[in-house]
Amino acid sequence: MGVTALGASVKRTEDIRFITGKGHYVDDINRPGQAYAYFLRSPHAHATIDRIETSEALKSPGVVAIFTGDDIAADKVGGLICGWMIHSKDGSPMNVGGHPSLAQGAVRYVGDHVAVVIADTYAEAKDAAEKIVVDYGVLPAVIDVAGAAKDGQRHIHEAAPNNTVYNWHLGDKAATDAAFASAAHVTKIDLVNNRLIPNAMEPRAALGDYDSGTDTMTLYTTSQNPHVARVVLSAFVGLAPENKLRVIAPDVGGGFGSKIFIYADETVCLWAAKKINRPVKWTADRTEAFLCDAHGRDHVTHGELALDASGRITGLRVHTTANLGAYLSTFASAVPTYLYAPLLSGQYAIPNIYCEVDGVYTNTAPVDAYRGAGRPEATFVIERLVEVAARETGRDPAEFRRTNFIRTFPHQTPVLMNYDAGDFPAALDKALAEADYKGLAARKAASVAKGKLRGIGFSAYIEACGIAPSSAVGALGGGVGLWESAEVRVNMIGTVEVLTGSHSHGQGHETTFAQLVSSRLGIPMENVTIVHGDTDKVQMGMGTYGSRSGAVGMSAISKALDKIEAKAKKVAGHVLEASEQDIEFKDGKFTVKGTDKSIDFGSVAMNAYSGHKINTQEIEPGLKEGAFWDPTNWTFPAGVHICELEIDPQTGVVTIERWTAVDDFGKLINPMIVEGQVHGGIAQGVGQALLEGAHYDSDGQLLTASFMDYCMPRADDLPSFKVETIETICPSNPLGIKGCGEAGAIAAPPAVINAITDALGHEDVAMPATPQAVWRAAQKTMMKRAAE
Amino acid sequence: MVHVSMAVNGRSASADVDPRTLLVQFLRENLRLTGTHVGCDTSQCGACVVHVDGQAIKSCTVLAASCDGAQVTTIEGLAANGKLHPMQQAFQDNHGLQCGFCTPGMIMASIDLVNRLGPNLDEATIRHGLEGNICRCTGYHNIVKSIAQGAREMGAAATPQAAE
Repeated sequence: MGVTALGASVKRTEDIRFITGKGHYVDDINRPGQAYAYFLRSPHAHATIDRIETSEALKSPGVVAIFTGDDIAADKVGGLICGWMIHSKDGSPMNVGGHPSLAQGAVRYVGDHVAVVIADTYAEAKDAAEKIVVDYGVLPAVIDVAGAAKDGQRHIHEAAPNNTVYNWHLGDKAATDAAFASAAHVTKIDLVNNRLIPNAMEPRAALGDYDSGTDTMTLYTTSQNPHVARVVLSAFVGLAPENKLRVIAPDVGGGFGSKIFIYADETVCLWAAKKINRPVKWTADRTEAFLCDAHGRDHVTHGELALDASGRITGLRVHTTANLGAYLSTFASAVPTYLYAPLLSGQYAIPNIYCEVDGVYTNTAPVDAYRGAGRPEATFVIERLVEVAARETGRDPAEFRRTNFIRTFPHQTPVLMNYDAGDFPAALDKALAEADYKGLAARKAASVAKGKLRGIGFSAYIEACGIAPSSAVGALGGGVGLWESAEVRVNMIGTVEVLTGSHSHGQGHETTFAQLVSSRLGIPMENVTIVHGDTDKVQMGMGTYGSRSGAVGMSAISKALDKIEAKAKKVAGHVLEASEQDIEFKDGKFTVKGTDKSIDFGSVAMNAYSGHKINTQEIEPGLKEGAFWDPTNWTFPAGVHICELEIDPQTGVVTIERWTAVDDFGKLINPMIVEGQVHGGIAQGVGQALLEGAHYDSDGQLLTASFMDYCMPRADDLPSFKVETIETICPSNPLGIKGCGEAGAIAAPPAVINAITDALGHEDVAMPATPQAVWRAAQKTMMKRAAE
Repeated sequence: MVHVSMAVNGRSASADVDPRTLLVQFLRENLRLTGTHVGCDTSQCGACVVHVDGQAIKSCTVLAASCDGAQVTTIEGLAANGKLHPMQQAFQDNHGLQCGFCTPGMIMASIDLVNRLGPNLDEATIRHGLEGNICRCTGYHNIVKSIAQGAREMGAAATPQAAE
């Protein structure tokens, strides 16, 4: 087998084990003597726990132990943390309530963790849980996001008066108000960014294990970032020091953000394993996933856009209330602040922006990052505003966007971001051509002729990925650095292991990372193994989220490969009896410049380890190098998505007829995988726009807690997609990569809603635009048109 | 306890199990055939699809005891003599999977679709045929392509003379 180039759509090597049923997900792993955990969860959204009676349950067959919050407290197990400090406008730190792994005195959402039953079998644990008696003092639930902070509401946490976590802002208020005061036209919208439930197909699972001989704990867990889990469980929860705690995240069946966070369930399994000195296994059922996985989005927003007479945007003013749920999840506080407001400028040159965000507690599941995390919410605000403004002022929505595009780089927005590279008009031009925008009028007429309504919707999105540099993250309140690590180990015969702190849970790193190594070292991909997801193997890492594995994770590998190449040249110089400056490395061969004297990579590796032909006083034996990479800036993927759809006004059913995506992700490593990421993102974005919505009733019961009630996108809800790219090189990493994982989910919702509102001539169809909602709006449209 | 006995991937398997044991639990826990996955508890997602007596069923919704005497095929039983089933190969060829969790059920359901409707499947038929299988990663685009290829190749393998 030969060398695989960057930019080649090679098939994925990891596929073989998945298509033959030989993957190793957490629930596939068993340890000798393991017991099973079942969590008794709160049936109430808000209540005091007045008494827990476990004596009958303890007599149930197979029961090993039952633990409650009292046991956690007695063992001084620390609470779960939120790792990003946000300060309010007045400079005060955010108000954070305690987050114990098992409830202590009160429950705050349906699904909150009341007790854990551990038994010989899962069925026995579940049976015994039914025999636990809990006396609850039911309290009024705070559910309404917009009203959560109003006076008179019962406080969910003593530490957070008026259920307010923070009143945060970004931008220049006075300058923005002045822009509005002198505006020729102001567009105003109110919108809700609907609450979503991530639903990775693999439910979360944990297997805690304790080795009393070495006093070492091991947690097998469905994690996107096992090292972060280890830090939190060690330094904050305090279960074991890092050197006595191993976290393994093997094959993980999708994450989309929901597996970033350190949850109560996994924490309790690990703690309990030591407590009972037996492995403890827990796998969520789907209803538990609905109830307790961190949800996404859930914003209530008012936005205003100021225009001058020529149609240029002069100001943007946004107020958002963000639902953070009953407890602050691991990165919850950052999502509606620093991952949101800095993206409000979109692709547009907007001189004045001001955004206020109120983060509130409610008696609902914690809300945290879900695919896109803040950036879909920002894109929805700006892309709806721009669309409405174009229509209100009689301008073509595509041309109105073009008029306001940023055209020179770097571009400093008024909201922190410094866009480094892009070509927004090029993406728009290509998208318009691919979507046959010129032929739209004829297609609309054809739809009308058969009693349908056709609409087109644009979304010119920009996102910020690969959050960086670490010093900036720290300055904004982040509790971690957001670099990535890599170690390249060359073996004696020239095969290579790459240890990476990135984690693959569907992204295909075993293929793309091996492509990088193959192309750089000139060795076949099958000689390269990618190792990830085990804190005993990989020293440190920050994991995979925010489309960071290419831009940050692969850059770390690239840096380690630079060091490998430099050392290999020295070894080659000794072997070939030439100065290392005279050694050239190309296509897997080290050659003395201007001669035919050469040695291949495998032989250099052999010589590095044998030490026979190198001076080991000048060069250490061996060939292994590590690197940490901290980028200089965020990356800025951007593009234009165009949705064209048809509405049946008799049924309200929306059919997406065409989807055109033109994205700029910088350099592509494997276009096939990139396209797959875009497809999946679009599907989740279309799901948000048309199908999905978490719904709590006024008592805080989750009405959408199964696949029977929460509408996941299925194959016949979606079309095939046309996915194209343009390329501007990202200057802030050595590979020129921008990241592609979230683009579709960010771009899609406004494209769909803009298309529906175009078809209907209305501006107020909320997400999800279900057939019922669309039918109601369509009736108004039909009546209006009949009257005309 | 109840005694169950069935042929799984051509091998006989039997055990005494709790009567409430589901087929998927029997496969995963008794036989350690962990390629069949559980993605939900309402028989919606299809990650657990296996073939029982030649037909696709959701193994999270059938008792092991009710499959006594059946012939069961799981994802582990598809590849023969080191050669992937055409539908497995098609999923790799077309990038029809990302995280891989729904994939075994997708492949088993797809083969059943071809068995029922034949090898010439248009896009609408494939999409409708996937009604009982949820994927969160791929947006189905490449799954549809995979199934179209897998179906064609299953058809070609079944009628080798037809091509001549």
